[in-house]
Amino acid sequence: MHINPLEKKWLFASLALVAVFLGSIFYTAFERNIHPPSHVETVDSAKLHLGGEFAEDKLGVVGQADGSVRVTLVAGRYGFYPRQMSVPAGRPVTFRIASMDVLHGVHVPMTNMGTMVVPGYVAQVTTVFPKPGEYPMLCNEYCGMGHDHMWSRITVVAADQWQPTATTKGSN
Amino acid sequence: MCDKDIKKLALAHLWVAFGAFGVASLLGFYQVVERSGLIPALKSPALYYGSVSTHGVLMAFVLTTFFIMGFGYHTAANNGAGFNRCAAWAGFWVAAVGTLLAALPLLTGNASVLFTFYPPMQAHPLFYIGATLLVVGSWVWCVLMVMAAGAWKQANPGAAMPLPLFATTGNAILWLWSSVGVALEVVFQLIPWSLGLVDTIDVGLARTLFSWTLHPIVYFWLIPAYIALYSFVPLAAGGKLFSEELARAAFVLIVVFGLPIGFHHLYMDPMQASGWKLAHGVGTYVVAIPTLITAFTVIASLEMAGRARGGQGLFGWIGALPWNQPMVLAAGLSLLMLLLGGFGGLVNASYAMNAMVHNTAWVPGHFHLIFAGTVVTLYFAVAYRLWPSLTGKAFRKPCLVLGQLWSWFGGMAILTTPWHILGLLGQPRRISSVEYDSPLVQSWGAYEAIMIAGGLVLLLSALLFVYNLASAHWQGEASGEDTVAYAEPLHPPGKIPALLNGYAVWNWVILLLMAASFGYPIAQFFLMKTFDSSPWGY
Repeated sequence: MHINPLEKKWLFASLALVAVFLGSIFYTAFERNIHPPSHVETVDSAKLHLGGEFAEDKLGVVGQADGSVRVTLVAGRYGFYPRQMSVPAGRPVTFRIASMDVLHGVHVPMTNMGTMVVPGYVAQVTTVFPKPGEYPMLCNEYCGMGHDHMWSRITVVAADQWQPTATTKGSN
Repeated sequence: MCDKDIKKLALAHLWVAFGAFGVASLLGFYQVVERSGLIPALKSPALYYGSVSTHGVLMAFVLTTFFIMGFGYHTAANNGAGFNRCAAWAGFWVAAVGTLLAALPLLTGNASVLFTFYPPMQAHPLFYIGATLLVVGSWVWCVLMVMAAGAWKQANPGAAMPLPLFATTGNAILWLWSSVGVALEVVFQLIPWSLGLVDTIDVGLARTLFSWTLHPIVYFWLIPAYIALYSFVPLAAGGKLFSEELARAAFVLIVVFGLPIGFHHLYMDPMQASGWKLAHGVGTYVVAIPTLITAFTVIASLEMAGRARGGQGLFGWIGALPWNQPMVLAAGLSLLMLLLGGFGGLVNASYAMNAMVHNTAWVPGHFHLIFAGTVVTLYFAVAYRLWPSLTGKAFRKPCLVLGQLWSWFGGMAILTTPWHILGLLGQPRRISSVEYDSPLVQSWGAYEAIMIAGGLVLLLSALLFVYNLASAHWQGEASGEDTVAYAEPLHPPGKIPALLNGYAVWNWVILLLMAASFGYPIAQFFLMKTFDSSPWGY
């Protein structure tokens, strides 16, 4: 065995570099509690329409007592239902989404609102939209020939102008 | 050492690989034109997704597997390791028939499920059966390589295994371990379901099993490229390999830590808990270490060669290197793309930051730099290196060889830069056209046009590559070159510890790591109440 002193230095430098990267990930994960969406919760995708949380009359945006907001969506070829929704800026918004057919993904560009929507599981993600504006909510996982057309509109309004609706019924 | 039969075997594999590459390059160019929307007549999601699926399968499965097998047989034979040639040809034909079977549904639009399969999107059963046969053919190669290395060690007790043979064996072991995930998915889930034997499928389990294969497969593709960097590049530059021991350590680290990291592809999936994702994320960063070692050792080898050629000062050695050698040029260009692609990879692997770029155009930007940039550029260089001895013919115009490498690099730069920007601007990756009525998409248009230019340069470069090989093979003049030489280490390895001369112990380490990182995440699907997706076609 022969290890050059320069190699040894580089090995330590590499380890230090990786340690810095991992250190920053651990810091944000454990100190700031920033994790990817990982809500292990199953749901029967074939029976969403028959009742429960993802039934047609339960979908939409609901203000919670603690000031947070909950958005319940169904993803299906080819759209997110309801198709339009309005949420307040600067307040935590929790999305709960279930797929009624195949694999989908959801992403609101320029924000960190995104998760895969896997049939059989509830996808849950909580975020805060800092800026008011109109954003497209895109399907970012190939789900069939109409995939390009699968998107909804989400409007972020200033918190003081936002009207907390109870359950927005049939908001298409 | 490398007789006529071995050359024929290697050539057969390499021609299938590069034929598939040529077809896939045509499809790639069609795709950038189609999705730009500039030619409305081309607009067709059915053609586009069929094309994307075929492009992915040909590039990621066919080009790589056949190249790795052909190069591996050649490497083993050239380093004094024997294997059963009938079995090798049988493996070739199993893989070739599998490729043809999978091509039928792909080309007729009956397997538009992308190369990642994506249940519950369903393809024709022939697609899954063909893909399985391709993998079975590669398993024949794996077993032959492991047996060849064992026979070499028995014939040379106590001696250090030649580095290229050591690395090829490692790759065979890596692939045996990593292909188990996709094999379980295809054999127990996809094939019975596509044949109609079962109606529904557990998508969470299928995605978890696929992630088992989905990252180590990248190292399966990368190891032959690293073999070129360690074994061909220093010699082509006129120098020696700076450190053989560290090269071995790098290959061992890749084989061991390349495996238990697949969940970074599932960061945004709902069916695995965050703790498991974080654990796989840590492993992902650990496996950056062998790449950092490789970059150091290869650049150090190049620096020694440059100084030996009279290069002075801090950077003078760079100019002194023989950049007109395809292998040296390929090393320089691919290390540059590895640096840029690696940066993108660190962003993707970042546990929380990934959310911003997941499934955006950033991701194909990243992996085209790593795979099409680093890996394929070195595959080109290996082909250019082996061709004169395999075919006995020389390249008639070396400037076309160098021009091909430069144009591939240029095309990749033009193609991947707009992809990275589009990703940050939120464009999803797997769309055939932009249909969103939103002000945001106005900013996407110009980048789509630049991508067409990049795609065109790449297509011309790909065709030039196939032309270079074909014209040398069938019209070249005698090269007079019969054997392929490998770089000598600066310090002869002498006595090598057993841990760096074989994988016996490492297989147990891998078993433990895999059980720890995938055991419960797979078992959970059998422990908790899960629901399959709806039956397909209802």
